[in-house]
Amino acid sequence: MSADHHTIVHGQAALLDIANLDTDQIMPKQFLRGIDKSGLAPGLFYDLRFDGEGLPRPDFVLNQAAFQGVDVLIAGSNYGCGSSREHAVWGMQQYGFRAVVASSFGEIFYSNALNNRLLLAMVSEADVQAFKAQAAQLRGPLAITIDVQQRMVRSAGHSAQFVLSDRHQSMFLQGQDVIGASLAYADQIQAFAQRHWAAQPWVKDVALRTRARLQAQRTQD
Amino acid sequence: MTTPSTLYQKLVASHTVAVLDEQNVLLFCDLHLMNEYTSPQAFAGLHEAGRGVPVPGQNVAVVSHIIPTHPVRWRTIQDPPSALQATNLKANCDRHGIPLFDTNDPLQGIEHVIAPEHGMVRPGMVIICGDSHTTTYGALGALGFGIGTSEVEHVLATQTLVYRLAKDMRIRVDGVLPRGTTAKDLILMVISRIGAQGARGYVVEFCGSAIGALSVEARFTLCNMAVEAGARGALIAPDATAIDYVLAKAPDIAGDVRAQALAHWATLHSDEGAAFDAEHVFDAADVAPFVTWGTSPDQAMAINATVPRPQELADAVQRSSAEQALRYTGLVAGQSLQGVPVQHVFIGSCTNARIEDLREVDRIVGSRHVAHGVRAMVVPGSGAVKAQAEAEGIAERLVAAGFEWRQPGCSMCLAMNDDVLAPGQRCASTTNRNFEGRQGRGAITHLVSPAMAAAAAVTGCITDVRTLEVPA
Repeated sequence: MSADHHTIVHGQAALLDIANLDTDQIMPKQFLRGIDKSGLAPGLFYDLRFDGEGLPRPDFVLNQAAFQGVDVLIAGSNYGCGSSREHAVWGMQQYGFRAVVASSFGEIFYSNALNNRLLLAMVSEADVQAFKAQAAQLRGPLAITIDVQQRMVRSAGHSAQFVLSDRHQSMFLQGQDVIGASLAYADQIQAFAQRHWAAQPWVKDVALRTRARLQAQRTQD
Repeated sequence: MTTPSTLYQKLVASHTVAVLDEQNVLLFCDLHLMNEYTSPQAFAGLHEAGRGVPVPGQNVAVVSHIIPTHPVRWRTIQDPPSALQATNLKANCDRHGIPLFDTNDPLQGIEHVIAPEHGMVRPGMVIICGDSHTTTYGALGALGFGIGTSEVEHVLATQTLVYRLAKDMRIRVDGVLPRGTTAKDLILMVISRIGAQGARGYVVEFCGSAIGALSVEARFTLCNMAVEAGARGALIAPDATAIDYVLAKAPDIAGDVRAQALAHWATLHSDEGAAFDAEHVFDAADVAPFVTWGTSPDQAMAINATVPRPQELADAVQRSSAEQALRYTGLVAGQSLQGVPVQHVFIGSCTNARIEDLREVDRIVGSRHVAHGVRAMVVPGSGAVKAQAEAEGIAERLVAAGFEWRQPGCSMCLAMNDDVLAPGQRCASTTNRNFEGRQGRGAITHLVSPAMAAAAAVTGCITDVRTLEVPA
């Protein structure tokens, strides 16, 4: 079971050893039709989890009895590459994942995950291999501890430092309101915009003015 | 003397409202594009927090991903949740005064096609969108990149983004692209050489004589797919080609403003001696018509090459990825792709659905006809592209040749609407991603240029377009 705080994640990890696993595969298109964030757990890894008839694939790790309730994923490199869809992150969390351990992540996925407090522990490829080797020997999940303060991932037999910026660390630990923090700069943003538009008047209201011009053209036609 | 800067550094510096820490700045965004599927939760979050949109005029929205492309006069979205996404987008735009290109707007189209074609993309801007292919705008010297929905909400509320700085990479391509090759073949070659993670963490600046010789539309194709190498942005320093394009599309840049703009744009280049964190050099002469053989855009090869043998790949990860890809695509190591039958041809997407792409298809098709057993679809990138192609007679000729001439949208690039391939169907596609299931569960995508797609359509199989062309 996971601890209910964010300082240390005590997790049970499953291995999904696929490089460049893109967000289309994490959350396929047919699950992107909502206007809210809910209902995404059934779509997670859909084509990997289910066959053409919608039946669970028995060989897929998350369908095996021993792996029910896992909350950490040990993934291949460049995990979450491709589409910007944040649904991939929401779906992982709704399924129950709290953290992903991999040697690299897709760039947009990385920001999306940290904005939602899905912990990404970026370790070296050698460390991933070590965890993978351990996980592969088990019939069930690998018990893993992620110490966010120390930036350490530990299993019974291996420990590894992971990369996490100070900013992302405090976002994960404290669950900050990023927009609220940026709105504290509202006066500076406004002053910047005035200077910026004075120097580059052609960018001010560029969308609104373009739309109005196109509308006027159509009325003329 | 100031330290020489890269173009990327100049664009970041000129949009930095505040430095947050060593790695992050609060970045001002000049243009924010939205679509119907990655923005609804952002608006909902905004409303829940009681926040507004302080600068609506720098934002624009379009219905692009879920829209049906059937050739009907009035488009109705049949799928109820998708229809709700469209009406919800309109309600959100109306509420905040954000300009919108709605479902039945004659200028509706793919985000990355309509924004530049109407002059909204200008050199030196920072442009973001909840869509990974926003890197497209680097073609005009604007820093474009994709963001997630949390960040869409952040931009709506503040017109800024908390932006993690990227590293600088330069990719130089000199020489002349050989006959039968295009920017699409060039970028597929680059991705296949540097890999799907080759530019991860970097903003890539393309330069060199082969880049300078590309049209603006070809540059869009190039920068669009830089994200498939993991890039966080792509840039080409604006030259006369880019500036002429922008001035032709943006009639408001006139008089004194025009002189001011030209003076500013002249500064938008990497300084002599600016340091790049990584650099690659390619020779345009090495480019051939390219085609993907696997399920990642870096699994691509020249049409006259053969599918790699996984056991000969040195890297264990590449080896297992290749094995899995070949299982999925039903191809055999060592085989040629020439002559492999396709059931479908798709010409469209933000990568290759502009007028020059459609002219190229028209030229290759000529008096030929779509092969028996092939369904060939053309989905123009926008209403304006569609109207132009119709005015030039392209639509009429392609329809006579057996192509379906459809309405604009993202369509079968990601198959979020009802344009979906059946399992096992093989498609030559001018799109950007050949991921497993991208165009439909169990369907197989071969990424190619518009010319190569046209060649596949008329022959019914993957074909080296150079064998169809009459040398000039």
